[in-house]
Amino acid sequence: MANNLGLTVKPVCEITPEEERRVGAWINTPEYKEKNFARQALVINPAHACQPLGAELCAHGFEGTLPFVHGSQGCASYYRSTLNRHFREPAPAVCSAMSEDGAVFGGQNNLHEGLENACALYKPKMVAIFTSCMPEIIGDDLSAFIKNARQKGNLPKDVPSPYANTPSFNGSHVHGYDAMLAAILETLTEGRVVEGRCTGKLNFIAGFDANTGNYREYKRIFEAFGIPYTFLADISESFDSPLDGTYRLYPGGTPLEEAADSINGKATLSVAPYATTKTFTWVKESYSGKHVSMSMPMGIAKTDAFLLKLSELFEKPVPDALKAERGRAVDAVTDSHQYIHGKRFAVYGDSDYLVGYVSFLLEMGAKPVHVLCSKGSKKLEKELHALLDSSPYGKDGKVYMNKDLWHLRSLLVTDPVDALIGDTHGKFAARDAKIPLFRFGFPIFDRVNRHRYPLVGYQGVINMVTEICNKFIDLKDDGCEDRFFEMMR
Amino acid sequence: MSESVKKVDGITKESTQAMIDRTLEAYPEKGKKKRAPHLAPNDQASGSACVKSNRKTVPGVMSARGCAYAGAKGVVWGPIRDMVHVSHGPVGCGWYSWGTRRNLMSGVNGVSNFAMQFTSDFQEKDIVYGGDKKLAVLLREAKELFPLAKGISVLSECPVGLIGDDINAVAKQMSKELDLPVIPCNCEGFRGVSQSLGHHISNDTIRDYIIETREFSEPETPYDIALIGEYNIGGDAWSTKPLLEECGFNVKAVWTGDGQMEHIAATHKVKLNVIHCYRSMNYMCKVMEEKYGVPWIELNFFGPTKIKESLRKLAERFDDRIKENVERVIAKYDPMMQKVIEEVRPRLDGKKVMLYVGGLRPRHTVGAYEDLGMVVVGSGYEFAHSDDYDRTAPEMPDATVIYDDASEYELEQFVHDLKPDLVASGIKEKYLFQKMGLPFRQMHSWDYSGPYHGYKGFPIFARDIDMAINSPTWGLVKSPF
Repeated sequence: MANNLGLTVKPVCEITPEEERRVGAWINTPEYKEKNFARQALVINPAHACQPLGAELCAHGFEGTLPFVHGSQGCASYYRSTLNRHFREPAPAVCSAMSEDGAVFGGQNNLHEGLENACALYKPKMVAIFTSCMPEIIGDDLSAFIKNARQKGNLPKDVPSPYANTPSFNGSHVHGYDAMLAAILETLTEGRVVEGRCTGKLNFIAGFDANTGNYREYKRIFEAFGIPYTFLADISESFDSPLDGTYRLYPGGTPLEEAADSINGKATLSVAPYATTKTFTWVKESYSGKHVSMSMPMGIAKTDAFLLKLSELFEKPVPDALKAERGRAVDAVTDSHQYIHGKRFAVYGDSDYLVGYVSFLLEMGAKPVHVLCSKGSKKLEKELHALLDSSPYGKDGKVYMNKDLWHLRSLLVTDPVDALIGDTHGKFAARDAKIPLFRFGFPIFDRVNRHRYPLVGYQGVINMVTEICNKFIDLKDDGCEDRFFEMMR
Repeated sequence: MSESVKKVDGITKESTQAMIDRTLEAYPEKGKKKRAPHLAPNDQASGSACVKSNRKTVPGVMSARGCAYAGAKGVVWGPIRDMVHVSHGPVGCGWYSWGTRRNLMSGVNGVSNFAMQFTSDFQEKDIVYGGDKKLAVLLREAKELFPLAKGISVLSECPVGLIGDDINAVAKQMSKELDLPVIPCNCEGFRGVSQSLGHHISNDTIRDYIIETREFSEPETPYDIALIGEYNIGGDAWSTKPLLEECGFNVKAVWTGDGQMEHIAATHKVKLNVIHCYRSMNYMCKVMEEKYGVPWIELNFFGPTKIKESLRKLAERFDDRIKENVERVIAKYDPMMQKVIEEVRPRLDGKKVMLYVGGLRPRHTVGAYEDLGMVVVGSGYEFAHSDDYDRTAPEMPDATVIYDDASEYELEQFVHDLKPDLVASGIKEKYLFQKMGLPFRQMHSWDYSGPYHGYKGFPIFARDIDMAINSPTWGLVKSPF
């Protein structure tokens, strides 16, 4: 009884190989699955991050914009390193570095000092401020703090400073993206409505999308149509900048002036109905022109709908080049359909991506069996059910809302599938289930350049079907007996 | 301390101070005043810190620092393989620190090792009504789903301390109910100024809840040691532990890379603690020395020169058997290391490197670069204290720049002036410098390579540094048009 706790001292005992085997087998049983699904409080391997991460991604999408985390220093380092690892690119952002005294006195002094230092050192054209836990809990009044900063001269007069409350104990990275985007647009467009003016442009909103290839694909489609556009929160250069010997703090991003004038646009189109709900609601009330929110163009049908909508909004025919591209994509999927038809898939991801995966798989004749969302709404659940019901290949499909990747593991080992679509965090479950993982989501920490290959549009269809089918062929080559190893596949 | 003062051509105390002064020009008055004491030319002969450290992070400067939670989850507690580590609070902190430090583990995932993300996923209602009840429920669930777990650590995130939850009371009650060690660790991210306080708090919780609760079953021997401050990044411990065993030691516990809770709990019974990362675990070494009379020794497993020095220093504490073993081990491996050096040194000789890392590497890796013929022209730490800078002074060449909690702006300016051939730092710095066309290696994660420790690690380190600096891809940066 010598120790601090007054506990009996026990001998060191090792986990035996027998125990390891017994429990290892047990966690693959339906009995374990039942216990696992009965969890009320413990979350294991969640597939979503917190709001401020999304807010930072959004902020990087605007010209000369410095993301500013109001909160503890560690938060900022976590968001930055996550973006660094996924894109393998810099992610410059600063923080007010609140500590214990902030908990007592509030974070105003830190915010003011931080703004003064950041503007002097990094000369941003805009500072996009968002919060982590601490100021949200102690109730910092950002609106007043920022006003005071401007009065004190900590923040230059010509540097706009939109701010968003992005508490981490609510929603996920997707909601933080939405809140930041709404705040930036509200700030930049303030007083910019010109009666009767129309920019003639499309305002485009991609939502939380960490695939820079997608951004370039959207632009290519707009350019093929000859549709002038303003891409709101354009991260394609910020997170895919050239290596030419010069470091640029703020490469690319939506020009602030263009974003400000977007309120006078001809049409605003969001392809992230779940990821930009707040922004879109506000846009509908405030922006001139038409407003459309539709699914991400993933798969042939969703891309068709996207192009038809563009054609309708801008009264332009779908260009021949894109018609030919559609034909090539259909050719590619027909050539490869035999390697994917009937294959059973588990999929998880952010809401808008998830709708895309399911839609794509169904039209390939593949079966989405386990469809899991770590943080999603009733509306999403309904849409996923409707999608599955629309196809004979969806009849085995089950939707699991607000479940984590430890739940997913139980599904994979008790009701096996052929492959998993998700992100890097799915690799342990996929390994345990001995199935391949297709990394189409966010984040991807363990493969290179994946985010440069678009998943949207007809090109996205070709990319996805190529990656999936070739993997299945690889598995056949790797796993077959010699006598079945042959030239043709 | 080195016997002779190391010099670098073109670097004088005056030139370094002038570079620092130019850099500080960009700061507003208050920022400049705060940052100035953290930047200074090294005084090698003094053997003492030339900069101030362990102060509050200056807001808005783009510091690379993490938080107390990061120090607890990522560094001290997280690597213990047979415990469930609960990130208590909102979902983010645990998600960001999930698998990102590369502290590898043996065992079966979800069965006997728990390299996973466990969180209470706080929602608004938990903030309003408190999370203690939820914590009790999730601890029961963890015990039921992971029956082989040897214990559970509860690592508090910011909100827990701010809303006044009492995790210590819950842990005490649940420890009893579950008959399992449940360790409350009040490591909220807003505490202290960096990761460092998280290390300290975690060491204190090991002291208060773990140590002395177990005893080794085997009889004691004079060669029982523990390896402290070794986190098995990229498999480092799988190089250092066998090396020490080859020298004749019984390594009874590793703190905490691939670590086992019960072995850690019995460490007070060893004869000597061998510490690698002084910053993150000196606290427990001192506790074990004072309370149980276990002495400790600081070693360096980077590069053959330091490994040799360290093994001999270690052997000094033991009998002739160990001394002979150590000489035999050195005689076996040192020639292999010299071969590695012969191979790469011609391509690396005289190349300059700038370091900016965490706990021990800004000083411990200096010798390994020097083994390769390279010159370290600047060094600094994210979260060091004065005693780290004291230990750094003799390792670094005289008059080279030392930076504490450097901002990105400062690093950029120093790189611009010093024109190193390699920057060795972290993920947040990596791509900035690579965009400049500068070779870079991540020195927290070994850039997804490793191990770098010990004789197994040095050839990999040498290959990686050679590859970084001499990759033909750098020749493609300049476009012909």
